[in-house]
This record gives sequence, C-alpha cells and structure tokens, in this order.
Amino acid sequence: MAVTGTILVLYLIAHMYGNLKVFSGQAAFDGYAHGLRELGYPILPESGFLWIARIVLLASVLIHIYAVVILWRRAGRARQNRYQVKKRVQRTYASYTMRYGGVLIALFVVFHILHLTVNVIAPGGASDSPYERLVNGFQPEFWYITLFYVAAVIAVGFHLRHGIWSAMATLGANKESRQGKINAVAVAISLIVTIGFLLPPLAVTFGLVSK
Amino acid sequence: MNISLRVWRQKGRDDQGRLVTYKLTDVSPDMSFLEMLDVLNEKLTLENEDPVAFDHDCREGICGACGVVIDGEAHGPEVTTTCQLHMRSFKDGDTITVEPWRAKAFPVIKDLVVDRGAFDRIIQAGGYISAPTGTAPDAHANPIPKPDADRAFDAATCIGCGACVAACPNASGMLFTAAKVTHLGMLPQGQPERASRVVNMISQHDEEDFGGCTNIGECAAVCPKGIPLDTISQLNRDLLGSLAKGVG
Repeated sequence: MAVTGTILVLYLIAHMYGNLKVFSGQAAFDGYAHGLRELGYPILPESGFLWIARIVLLASVLIHIYAVVILWRRAGRARQNRYQVKKRVQRTYASYTMRYGGVLIALFVVFHILHLTVNVIAPGGASDSPYERLVNGFQPEFWYITLFYVAAVIAVGFHLRHGIWSAMATLGANKESRQGKINAVAVAISLIVTIGFLLPPLAVTFGLVSK
Repeated sequence: MNISLRVWRQKGRDDQGRLVTYKLTDVSPDMSFLEMLDVLNEKLTLENEDPVAFDHDCREGICGACGVVIDGEAHGPEVTTTCQLHMRSFKDGDTITVEPWRAKAFPVIKDLVVDRGAFDRIIQAGGYISAPTGTAPDAHANPIPKPDADRAFDAATCIGCGACVAACPNASGMLFTAAKVTHLGMLPQGQPERASRVVNMISQHDEEDFGGCTNIGECAAVCPKGIPLDTISQLNRDLLGSLAKGVG
C-alpha cells in the first residue's frame, strides 16, 4: 500500500507538471505530450517509456486496490457490532475519506482515461491534439464534467493528506520528533497537487486558456 | 448530580444486547466512574434486578482491568483509565452512554465485560525474552543508552487494557503489539528473539481477527499510558528487517 502509493504520488507530481505546461501555450503542451512518446528513444522503442510507465502504474493501482480490499474486509470482520455512539478523538477529516474517496478516485481515473487519453468520451469534439482535447473538454457548457473533475481532484488531495503520512509510518519513518515534519510535508504535497491539477481545467472553464 | 445512563446490557456472548436507560440521583462529582456504577448496581440489586457486569481490579489506573467506551470514547473524556475518571468530568443532567470494547477479538462475556484473552495469546507468541536474567544485575553491568532505556520504559508502561483496539476504526491491536515489540526490542535482553518476535506477534495478532493498522492514531490519543504512536513505526521497521533477513 505504502510503496505503490508512493509510486502513484510521484507520478501525480510529474503529471501535474505536464498539465501546467498548458499555460505556456498549445505548442509547449502538445510538444511535451509528444516528447513523452520519444523519451528514451532510440534506446527504447517509440512510446516505449510511456508503456513501461503505464504498466508500472497499472500494476501499482491494482496492487493498491488489492491491499485496500484486504484491509477493508479485515476491518469489517474485526468489528461486526458497531458502537451506538462514536466520537472522533484526533483523527483528521482526510482519514475518513480514504476508502470512499478512493472509490471515487478509481471511478474518476477510468473516466479520465476515456475522456482525455483515449478520447472516446469527447464532449466538445475529439482531437489529435491533447491541448485541444483539454480545451474542448472543459468548456463552460460542460460544467458537470469540470465539477466531477474538481470533486475527484479534491478527493485526491484528501487521499494524499492521510496517505503520505500513513505511508511514512508504514515504511518506518514515523518518529515522535519527526511527526510535525511528516504532517507538514503531507499537507504541502496535497495542497500543491490539488491546486496544480485544478488550475488547468478551471482556467479553460473561465476562458483564461483557449484555442 | 443527577444523570441518565444508557448502559449496554448483554446476557452472554450470543445475546443481541441493547442499551438500557437508568436514572441516578445524588451522584457525587468526587466519585470515580466505577464508584458511580457501584451505586447503580446497589440500586439494581435492591430492586431485584441483575447488576451491570463490568471489569475492574486495582482502581488505581495501573492494572488495565477496567475499561468501557463512554460517550463514544474509550475510557471516556479524560485520557486515563475508567477507574481514574471522575464524575466531575460530566455535568449535572448529562446522559452518558456506556458500551463495552467492540471488536471481534474481544467477545462480550456479559454487559460491559469482554474477553481479552487475544492479547495474552499475542504475548505468548513472542512478547517475552528467553535470556535467563537471574536477580537484578548491577545497574552499570549492561550499558544501555539513556534514550533507548527511556523508549523501552515508555513502551513498557502498556497495561494491556485494550483501549487502543476499542478506539481504532479498524479494531486493530497494533499499538498494543507495537508497545511490546518496542519495549523488548530496545533492550539488550530482547535481542536474541527480536527478528522472530515481531513476525510471530503480528501473525498471532492477525489470526485473532484484529483489523489492520491504517495509521489513523486514535489508539495513541486514548491510551491511558500515553504509548506513543511511533512504536507502530518501530514495529514496521523491525518487521521489514525481519522479512529482509528471511525470518517468517
């Protein structure tokens, strides 16, 4: 869970960096997307790096889900009779969102790939240019898609807030003296990732980025 | 003080159980929570009703026998054992809900009493040392760095009350297990079994049907002995080390 989560967080940061290229214009954005296909070429075949990344990510996602299914089922078995009254003592709001938030994120990832990667779902028209797919997809008239995107990205933010902290603890890095720092890093990465992913689609919706 | 109590009544393991409301008048704010339950039981006995069964022993906060969930918090609103919680922590007219620890690994025996034998079996799986220690050695015979000794001692204060399990959203017994692993792992006498201890104790923990740890931290927040949450990270470090060595 911690290891696959770490891989996915690192991927998210790279993905966010790529997304932010949208503010440098269509050439930069599309060039970046094309560059990913050429990365490692000619040592790797064309799109080779991309496929290695996809396989690693898919494996990470599947192992991550497999681990949570085990944990979730164990938690259900471990407490079959619930408390009549239960009070939160210190747990973060983020820790409540891990499981159902995770389900939302998983559904979103499927939609997101169909929408902007494969472009099977193409509101506003399909395109070969990733930049155009983005701009078409988040036009104001498709506000419901933007809303889903925003909700999913916020869920990712909460997921990372607890996930980064939890991964550090699982990997043995949690020490009393370090807890403040680990929490600060978790909050900082969550905020950066959330804002970084929200900026491009909202910029399109509000007309700051257009064709 | 006048209070209303909603107490979990359950005749036995297989009984469904339910909350029953009792009114108590003239409760002294200086009573401990258990003394208040004693008063309730005296009243119930005089009325020819079955008294509420609850676990208790030393009533000094050092044995770990007592423990109930009060208004959704293990051991109630103060970070202490139930016996050291006093009625002054509540207000006149309060309705207080009292439930047993709820976990499959801690089956209810009756009312508020649960069977914590699962903890004993985790200890039997590795929470001990086999080095013959004899009588107390000279204090300087075995040099132990002060931070290690402090850490071992902090972890050793665990009284095995089970509040960590009761408070955990996953009903995990990880803080208890981690306290034992940290306590013994910091000291030289604990080294011979260090690698196998963590593996065996975790296996037993899982076999007892405790949930898995997701590092939420409610356990350490309610622990009457203040067992630090980072003991769980110590356990994870020991576990990674053991698995790397091929133990287990």
